[in-house]
Amino acid sequence: MSIWKYANPMQFMRSTEWLLPIFAYAAAACLVTGLVWGFFFTPDDFRQGSTVKIIYLHVPSALMAINAWFMMLLASLIWLIRRHHVSALAARAAAPVGLAMTVIALFTGAIWGEPMWGTYWAWDPRLTSFLILFLFYLGYIALWQAIETQDTAADLTSILCLVGSVFAVLSRYAVNFWNQGLHQGTSVPVATGGRSVADVFFVPLVISMIGFGLLFVALVLLRTRTEIRHRRLRALLARERAAQ
Amino acid sequence: MIALLRRDLALSIRAGGGFGLGLAFFLILCVLVPFGVGPMPALLASIAPGILWVGALLAALLSLDRIFQLDFEDGTLEVLATAPLPLEGVALTKALAHWITTGLPLTMVAAPLGLLLNLPVEAVPALVLGLALGTPALSVIGAFAAALTVGLKRGGLLISLLVLPLYMPTLLYGADAARRGASGLDPSTPLLLLAGISAASVALIPFAAAAALRMNLR
Repeated sequence: MSIWKYANPMQFMRSTEWLLPIFAYAAAACLVTGLVWGFFFTPDDFRQGSTVKIIYLHVPSALMAINAWFMMLLASLIWLIRRHHVSALAARAAAPVGLAMTVIALFTGAIWGEPMWGTYWAWDPRLTSFLILFLFYLGYIALWQAIETQDTAADLTSILCLVGSVFAVLSRYAVNFWNQGLHQGTSVPVATGGRSVADVFFVPLVISMIGFGLLFVALVLLRTRTEIRHRRLRALLARERAAQ
Repeated sequence: MIALLRRDLALSIRAGGGFGLGLAFFLILCVLVPFGVGPMPALLASIAPGILWVGALLAALLSLDRIFQLDFEDGTLEVLATAPLPLEGVALTKALAHWITTGLPLTMVAAPLGLLLNLPVEAVPALVLGLALGTPALSVIGAFAAALTVGLKRGGLLISLLVLPLYMPTLLYGADAARRGASGLDPSTPLLLLAGISAASVALIPFAAAAALRMNLR
């Protein structure tokens, strides 16, 4: 028994059959708890007023936007090395979700930035690298859409994901060099253990982050299942046409 | 490899007009920008490094889909894939040919065109050196994107979308070097980083491009 047994689409479908609702309900519970708690039961910030509450959407979505790309990178590597179709389909399924997370992060950031920084957009390193990430997602999805042969599409998008990851990291540090930052540092620095968010805001934030993570997993599972069914359907149609 | 390079150069100079296209585009851009923003020397001087770099990047982009497309359509690429020269070498040679027909001429005309845009004379060495160091990266990255989209009917739009985020670091360091030169600062840091990007791209990206070509030819 290893995790590779899930590379079998049958096994994957059987396991996710009951895993998917669990993830979906857990995500809903965490999101409702975290967001309701965050929006209605935390005090207004001393300086930022109630605008601080957008953090419960902004930080988790930004976190998942980046992690979705890492997941795609991992899935692409697994596809290139071991050629498991479920992995390629999972990478394909994750991309639009990651794109949506990037858009949410950019939008909530803009909404927060207007009252706080006095501008919706600044060419700040973090903002800029998120815009670049957005472009990477667009290119990745467009390449998947453009290629007819599914296996070739999986191969080419995997290569793009690999090369893109290198350049995404490069851009992240290049923009640091290019312009001074307006965006504050990380709210939850894992490496140092300290944090810049007060406890009252922190607990609902963590719950929202878990909720977004679970939501991402649930959406990717759902979309991967749809892709597998889609592919089965096409295989059936092809067989029918061949039989005629 | 040299034979392939000579063939590609001859093809791009004699047929198709790919050679002049990038240069003409660059010239048109540098002439049009002053009309667009107005004849203010100070303003033009401050945006000149950026305009020249963006122009070079777009001019390189124009001829990207020619790198592999024609050879793919008439079957030359399949012959090349079975030739003793590894596909990595083919990708590198093609990128080199693209650079000689676009990057190199752009670098050479950048200084006179900079004068059109009131680029300060102090910025010229940083600009030209930056283009010389940065345009190889543009060609190699472009060859990778061209290899990804070679099997597609209309890959042109997709290439620009794929290449845009990949070009970002090169553009950023290149324009920054020219800007530093213009304001009298030492441009060596961005130039070194630019050289690093080019060296790493030239060394590594042909492998990715060759892998993409193999997948497309399978």
